[in-house]
Amino acid sequence: MAGKEDLKLLGLPLSPFVVSVRMALNMKGVSYEYVDEDLNNKSELLLKSNPVHKKVPVLIHNGKPICESLVILQYVDELFAGRSILPTDPYERATARFWAAFAGDKLFPAWYGVVTAQAEEERAEKVKETLAAIEHMEVAFAKCSGGNAFFGGDSIGYVDVVLGSFLFWFEAVRRVDGLEIINASKTPLLAAWAERFGGSVEAKEAVPVTKADLAVQYISKFRAPAAAAAKLASSE
Amino acid sequence: MAGGDDLKLLGMWASPFVLRVKLALSLKGLSYEYVEEDLRDKSELLVKSNPVHKKVPVLIHNGKPVSESLIILQCIDEAFAGTGPSLLPADPYERAIARFWAAYIDDKMLPALNQSAMGKTEEERAEGKQQSLVTVETLEGALRDCGKGKPFFGGDSAGYVDVVLGGLLGWVRASDELHGVKPFDPERTPLLAAWSERFGALEAVEPVMPDVSRLVEFGKMLKARLAAPPAAGASN
Repeated sequence: MAGKEDLKLLGLPLSPFVVSVRMALNMKGVSYEYVDEDLNNKSELLLKSNPVHKKVPVLIHNGKPICESLVILQYVDELFAGRSILPTDPYERATARFWAAFAGDKLFPAWYGVVTAQAEEERAEKVKETLAAIEHMEVAFAKCSGGNAFFGGDSIGYVDVVLGSFLFWFEAVRRVDGLEIINASKTPLLAAWAERFGGSVEAKEAVPVTKADLAVQYISKFRAPAAAAAKLASSE
Repeated sequence: MAGGDDLKLLGMWASPFVLRVKLALSLKGLSYEYVEEDLRDKSELLVKSNPVHKKVPVLIHNGKPVSESLIILQCIDEAFAGTGPSLLPADPYERAIARFWAAYIDDKMLPALNQSAMGKTEEERAEGKQQSLVTVETLEGALRDCGKGKPFFGGDSAGYVDVVLGGLLGWVRASDELHGVKPFDPERTPLLAAWSERFGALEAVEPVMPDVSRLVEFGKMLKARLAAPPAAGASN
């Protein structure tokens, strides 16, 4: 590593996208300053660094901001020496990018929809979408891993990081809703992968055990007004 | 031209996403076999090559399929790094900026443009138009700030973002006649308007562009289909 890099990461405790960036930076052995943002009171630095989206994560490297988690992940991979996060072969890179995009574009909105759904019907629909998406990822795992432990082969790679960052949320949903997004009988490969991933140094460093608890609290708090309203309505 | 490389592109003549791939292949001077798909009667090859989304474009390189236009572009750039100009910049930070704007075009600008044209209600279309103005103006700012007076997003020559945006040019040109809207209005977004002319006139671009009058007819048909109640047994 050439000298000390000036790296600052703007984030949120519960954002899986922020977690994925932290994981990548840890994998590269790069140190950085971490700043938690308050969504209701966004810092000057965040607004200045990401004027287009005003979202986290934002990685500020030597004063220059990089936004969008997948863009940041690739930037970190390309810039810093050490273990590769993406594969080196162009076709394998394309496959990894495909599944990372799928996880962000299809899987994330579905499971997040389960968390935020206002009505039971909506939640049921989102559960269906989530389970359909996770089935695709089960097939993806078989294809990408080639019989090895991770999407990235015998070590954690791009898709592992992206999907792995969702796991603490999946645990929270399991605790609150009793819904197993990754189910040992329906998606056995992913279930085994999730255990391996969860036990890895990379995961333990970036995802403290308390994150799932915080996510549970978030879900309960988020749903509280609707639950109270329903209770009120049913008592009239 | 890279010898021994078997390239097949599954596409549809009106698709801006397919056009992006044609533009990239043309800019890099790569030859390929093109297969026109009937999206209402998808070929076995398409369904087998892109089982998750069943969409075009799909680029099949030596028998290996790659899906999703942005992923295909990067794959072409990486697999044929020695052939023709590079699409993505060499500098990792500039690459991150290019990827950011490509994502912006697809995640923010395109949906707005789509909604302004194909929104189901007058209200939805109006909202789409408003969002389109905002996103196009943001992109104008990107060309101004990142382009720094150069002719293309990629600098002196066309690059990744130019190709990503360039894929939309057919529809942008058709939009005036179809919807009475100029997405790259020379008054409001002079840089983008000038960029459109310049990009469209490139030797590698001009022959690949779809016929605008044909797009207009197709657009009118799509609009009519949207307005008419669905026929019994009609499939998507």
